[in-house]
Order: sequence, then C-alpha cells, then structure tokens
Amino acid sequence: MTENIDWTLLDWSRAQFALTAIYHWLFVPLTLGLSFLVAIMETIYVRTGNEEWRRITRFWMTLFGINFAIGVATGIILEFEFGTNWSNYSWFVGDIFGAPLAIEGIVAFFIESTFIAVMFFGWNKVNSKFHLVSTWLVAIGSNLSALWILVANGWMQNPVGMAFNPEMARNEMVSFWAVLFNQVSVDKFLHTLSSSYLLASMFVMGISSWFLIKKMEEYKAKRSLLVASVFGLLASLMTAYTGDESAREISKVQPVKFAAMEALAKGKTNAGLIAFGVLKESENKIGETPLKEFAFKIELPSLLSILTSGDKNAFVPGISDLLHGNQTYNLLSFNDKKERGEVARKALFMYKDAVKTRNIEQRDSIKALFSSKSFQENYFRYFGYASIENAEDIIPEVSGTFYSFHLMVMLGFAFVLLFVIALFYLFRGTIDQNRWFLWLCLFAIPLPYIASELGWIVAELGRQPWIIQDLMPVSKAVTNIGPGSVIATFFIFAFLFTGLLIAEISIMVKQIKTGPKH
Amino acid sequence: MTTMIISHLFLQNYWWVIVSLLASLLVFLMFVQGGQSLIFTLPGNDMQKTMLINAIGRKWDLTFTTLVTFGGAFFASFPLFYATSFGGAYWVWIAILFSFILQAVAYEFRSKPNNVFGQKTFDLFLFLNGALGPLLIGTAVATFFTGSQFSLDSMRSVKWANSWYGLEAVLDVRNLALGLAVFFLARINGLLYIINTIDDEDLKQRSVSRLLLNSIFFLVPFLFFVISILLSQGFAADPATGNISMEKYKYLHNLIQMPLVLVIFLAGVAGVLYGLFIALFKKSNYGVWFTSPGTVLAVFAVFMLAGFNGTSFYPSASDLQSSLTIRNASSSEFTLKTMMFVSFLVPFVLAYIWYAWKSINNKKITSEEMNSGEHKY
Repeated sequence: MTENIDWTLLDWSRAQFALTAIYHWLFVPLTLGLSFLVAIMETIYVRTGNEEWRRITRFWMTLFGINFAIGVATGIILEFEFGTNWSNYSWFVGDIFGAPLAIEGIVAFFIESTFIAVMFFGWNKVNSKFHLVSTWLVAIGSNLSALWILVANGWMQNPVGMAFNPEMARNEMVSFWAVLFNQVSVDKFLHTLSSSYLLASMFVMGISSWFLIKKMEEYKAKRSLLVASVFGLLASLMTAYTGDESAREISKVQPVKFAAMEALAKGKTNAGLIAFGVLKESENKIGETPLKEFAFKIELPSLLSILTSGDKNAFVPGISDLLHGNQTYNLLSFNDKKERGEVARKALFMYKDAVKTRNIEQRDSIKALFSSKSFQENYFRYFGYASIENAEDIIPEVSGTFYSFHLMVMLGFAFVLLFVIALFYLFRGTIDQNRWFLWLCLFAIPLPYIASELGWIVAELGRQPWIIQDLMPVSKAVTNIGPGSVIATFFIFAFLFTGLLIAEISIMVKQIKTGPKH
Repeated sequence: MTTMIISHLFLQNYWWVIVSLLASLLVFLMFVQGGQSLIFTLPGNDMQKTMLINAIGRKWDLTFTTLVTFGGAFFASFPLFYATSFGGAYWVWIAILFSFILQAVAYEFRSKPNNVFGQKTFDLFLFLNGALGPLLIGTAVATFFTGSQFSLDSMRSVKWANSWYGLEAVLDVRNLALGLAVFFLARINGLLYIINTIDDEDLKQRSVSRLLLNSIFFLVPFLFFVISILLSQGFAADPATGNISMEKYKYLHNLIQMPLVLVIFLAGVAGVLYGLFIALFKKSNYGVWFTSPGTVLAVFAVFMLAGFNGTSFYPSASDLQSSLTIRNASSSEFTLKTMMFVSFLVPFVLAYIWYAWKSINNKKITSEEMNSGEHKY
C-alpha cells in the first residue's frame, strides 16, 4: 500500500490545501470578531440614538464587507477540495464528515448571506430594530459556521462516534452527539472564536490608534478603542484559558503531536514547561531520523506535568516512548500498533474474499467482529498504521510544530498586556499623549494574524502523517489524479489569491484613510 | 425501532428529493449569473449598469450559499458522488469554483477606490462567472444522463479514464446542449428579474427586446437535450442486484412510469413559457413570478428522472458497474436520519429568506437610490 505513494502528487495536494487554508484563514478571524464588534456598536447606536455611533458602526461595517467578500471567495474552494483532492478521504469518512458541512450550509451560511444583505442595504428600508437584529444574526451566523467546520476538523484530530462498516469500506456515524460534543472540537471552537475576537479587537485598536496619531476623527477613534480594548481583553484571557484546555486534551488524544509541540524526545516525570528554547539535532535517531534536543532552553520546572495531569509527578511521554512503547506507563509501541492495524486490515480483506466467494458464514462473522467494541478499541483504531512502513514516518515535523506553538503562546501573552495598557490609558484619559503606544498598536495589527495562522500550523503540521488520527494517513486519502493537474491548480490559486489579497489590502487602506465620512 | 417505520430506502429517496430541490433552487437563483452575463451588452449607460449590478448583486450571496449548501448536502447524503465526481471530474469542478471565487470579490471590490485591477477587470470577473457558471454546471448535470469516464476499485477509490478529468464532457453535444440551455435560462430569469426590480423604463425596454432571442436560444438546446435523452439509451439499475445495464428509452420509461414527474415537468415548462409570454406580449413586469417556479419545477423533474425508478444518477460510461445509484452512493441510515432532522429546518430557512428578501425588495431600485451615497456595489 505505501509502496504506491506518488509523493509528487501527495506533496502538491497538501501544498494546495495548505495554501488555500492559510489564505482563507487570513480573513475568517476578522469576520468572526468584527461582526460582533459591529453588532455591539450598532446596539449602542440604537440604544442612545447618537448619530456618531451610527457613523462608527457604518465605518467598521464597510471594512467588514470588504473582508467578508474575500473570506467567502477563498472559502468555497476549501469545502469542495475535500472532494477534488482528497476523494478517498471523502468516501472513507464522508458518512460522518459530510454532515457538519451540510449543517453549516443549512443552519449558518443562509443566516449569514440573507441578513448581510439587510445589514448593508437595509439602513433606509427596514426599521432600526430589524436592522440591528440582522446585524446580530450576521455575527451569529458567521460564528455558527465556524462551529460546524471546527466540529469537522476536531473529528479528524480525534475520531469519535463512529464504527467501520466493512461492506461499504467506510466509517459510519453511530452517535451525532459524540461527534458534536467531541472534547477536541469544543476546545477548538472556543479557542478559535476567542482568538478571532482578539484579532478583530487588535485590528480595531490599531486602526483607531492611527486616527489618533493623525489627529483625525478622535471622538470616534476613542470610542472604538474603548469597545475594542474591553472586548479584546476578555477575548485574550479567554484565548489563554481555552488554549490551555486544548493543549491538555491534545496531550491525551494526540500525544505525538503534544510531544512535538514541546519537542520532548524522551518522556519524564516532573516535566518542565519550556518558556523559550532553541532546538538542534540529537545523536539519538529513530530509523534514519534524528530526534531533536535543546541547544538552549528556559524551563519552568514540573509545570508541564502539572498542566497536563494536575500532578507534578505525572509522566509526560516523549516521542521515543510513543514510538518504542513504554511498559511502565502502558504505552504501545509503533510496531504493536502496526500489528494491530494489520489485523484489522486483514479482516477487511477476508471480508471482501468472503463476499466474493459467497461464504456467508465467514462474511457475517467478520461483520460482527467489526461491530464489536473490543475489536474497534483494540484493533480497528490502529487501522491506519497498517499503511505506514517505518516508525519514524509517524513523527511530525518537530521544529515547525515546536516553534509555531511557542511563538503563538508568547504572542498570546503579549496581547493580554497590550489590552491592559490600552484600558489603563483610556481610563486615565491619556491615551492620545502616549504616542509610542498608539504606534505600537498600529504595528501590532499583523501579530494576531501571525499567531492565528501559527495555531493552525501547530494543529495541522503536528498531526502529520494523519488526515484522520491513527485511521488514515494523508497518503491514502489523496485523489489519484495526475500531479500535473494539481500543480497547475496550485499555481492558479496562488496567483489568484495573492492578487485578490493585494487588492483587498489596497482597498482597505484607502477606506481607512478616507475614514467614517457618512 | 424506528428503522421499521423510516427505512434506509425511504431516507435515500428523501435525500435525493432534498438534493434535487437544492439543485433546482440553485438553477433558478442563477438569474444572478444570467444578469452578470448581460452587464456589457444590456445597459445603455453607466447608471443603468450600476442599477443592474446592484439589483442582481444583492442576491449573489444567496446563490453562492445555495451552491455551497448543495455541495455540503450532496457530501452528507451521497458521499460517494462527492468523492467520485469532484475527485474525478477535477477540472470541471475547479473551473466552476474558480468562476465563483471571481464573483465573490467582484461585487464588493468593483467600485471601491484603489482596487488595483480596476473596475473593468472586476466586471469581467462577473461576466466570466455569469457565462462559465451556468454553462459548466449545466454540462456537469447532463453527464447524469450521458455518463462519465470513471471506474471505482474495491475501496471505492476513483480513477478517471483520461487526463481531461471531466473537461471532455463538453465534447458531447448533448452535454453542451444542456449547458447552453441552463445558460440562456439564467439569462432569461436575469432579464425578467431586472424588469421586475428596476424602475427604469428604458432599461425595461432593452430587457424586453433581448428576451425573444434569449428564449429561442434557450428553447432550441433545451428541446434538443430533452428529446435526445428521452430517445437514447439510459443507465438502468436492477433494484434487486444493483446491477447496471443499458436500457433503450430508459428516461422515456421513467417519465411514463412516474406520471407525477411528468406532471411536474410539464408544469415547470408551462410556467417558464407563460412567464416569457406575458413579459413579451403583455408587457408585464411579473414574468419572473412564473419563470422562477417554472425553473424550479422543471429542474426538479430532471433530477427525479436521473435518480429514481431504478436509474443510475451518476453513470460511468467506461465501467458500467462502477455507476452510482442513490442506493450504493448514499450515507448510512443513521446519518441520513440525523440529517433528516436537520432538513426540517429548511422551511424555516426559506421563510426568513422570503421575509428578508421582501423587506429589501419592497422598493424598486432607482437611480436616486444609486446616487444617495448609501452602500452600493
């Protein structure tokens, strides 16, 4: 099975998905966060009747619209890419994975697209209450859409609520609620939303700071700053909290990813949390792949053990424990898992033979085997390992995962500080005198974008080679088409999205410089 | 157990109906694309062009969302189709998506200052989407009747038989005929929508004058497609064994054996023709009120013909037994049932769309509104 991998096809298919996902994610968080900020501002307008607030609302709404359009444009390709480029995946898990995508459309996208028209074109056509409700519905709709796609992503990281059906050669959903309330998905949803609110708050704060630097629209800028810094502070604290929850859950369900995030080659008790570290190649190898070790690190003693299990003596497994196994801590080795995966795969082949030879007794007994809980938990859950040749093939890119994770966390803490300082100056009424801080806010606008993309890099790079954790490697999921076609579409999307991004930024900057003129 | 009451069979049929309904709504909503294909030729001046783009532009997102939901619902209910068609007919779907990406930015960016590429480029994007979207979607749907070049292995992994990855569909004149029919139908609905929503006598006259030619260009390929399909062989699926075979006059048999579908189809065609008639000869502004339900009904009937009565809805012409039916391509009973509960929200969704639509469309679009400084495309 692994011998037939077309690496060119696989790499370009992955590159295309990464490209389109990264581009899409440049716009989504601002949509998620700004939609709520705009709704809050409009609420203040409707409650106070103050025309200034109406202008503030409309200014941010214009920026929202520009960003929303390109978010939609880059988003459509992602939904269909599961089919175009990952068709084997789409069949293998479509029974579970398709549902959230359909629900996303029916429940969320229609709310968004229906009421966004009212939001933009309804100012003079509907009454102010209906308009306000529409603005809130756009915010709720866009955030709901995030829920469903993150449920789908969470399921790939931690597949639950399903059973394999050998007759159809696919996984089938057995519990919708298990899929929806998958802990990984819940954590992911909350972390994604809070970090998006943070990003949007920094965006509003940075641009408002620019108005203050230029001494333009000071009244509106200060009000926007106030809303953004309160919303942003809450969001940044929530981001830290949900990030911690997420990491703990990852340590349980994706221990290899977790070990990569911490660059933990060998497991230990009293494991320290790395606050800052620089990696180098270690002498220890798994197969041909050298492990990583620290050339330099600042470590908070025992904190990693405490954060993962609430106990400083808790053992945190490293990459080598997870590959070689560790009897003391009851960890299976790669070879154990591969053997079990092969048992499951062999059972599937025997089932197909039985169907072909019309051996009904054997067919039924294997079918019963696949639906038994112990077979699912002890064998089928390692199904994907049967397609992987060497132990080192299940190690993700450690440096990329480690640095992305740590840079994201550092930025996360810096944002909390920024919002606190902003509130401090706002309440003392001295924000416009501290021009250094205003400049800082302006130049900090890209930072949450970087942090947010890094978060996704941790999530997606850290789980390689799996498209579905332990069940299906990316190499088995890819659509079998000529690599030339995928290379061509990669460059088509790369040029198109880059061009559109340039246009978007240019339009946005112009609109900001024009200011709230209405 | 409820299994006894709501069987897998029922759920598969139910979901084929839902998917067909979404497809029919999509074809009707492509009046937006139809309108886009007219932006360079229909308006007599810049103001008319602005009004046209704003009239149809306020609905672009709805069409787009319907397409996305159609994709999602198809994925959830018939994942093997999703995997096979999207993975196999790669270039057709990529081309369709590409045109919709262009559309999604074009409205919002076209008239904004400093948009880098200039208004003409974004208008060209709208035109490209307006032409390619309906044409290619129509062509892709025609392969539901004419077959595609794929095979599936025992793990249901798709292999396309040529390196055109679906683009070869345009070489079959029947596929192209449906593509053209959908394109001109979208233009008809676009013209009628413009007549209905824009308050400008000259633009109305211009739209009416374009209507006759577009109607002819719609009717000729449409009738050609329908007649050639009814008279040709079809892909029949044995309900007991799932075995696929070619059957002479299969789709004609389907039409006769499912009289309700025949009635729906004729009602749909009658609706479209009546809408055209009153717009052309009675100077009515309300043609779109008849062509739109007509479009929905006719497309719905076409999907019924493709999927029901023991028919393969996504047949393979190169490996007959790989053909997809609503039986072998569907999700599990559990998933379909779960999704059925979700689908109960659809009437609610339609209700709020209707309400919001009315609240925005209650005043006709005028040149005064375009000059008022309010948000516009």
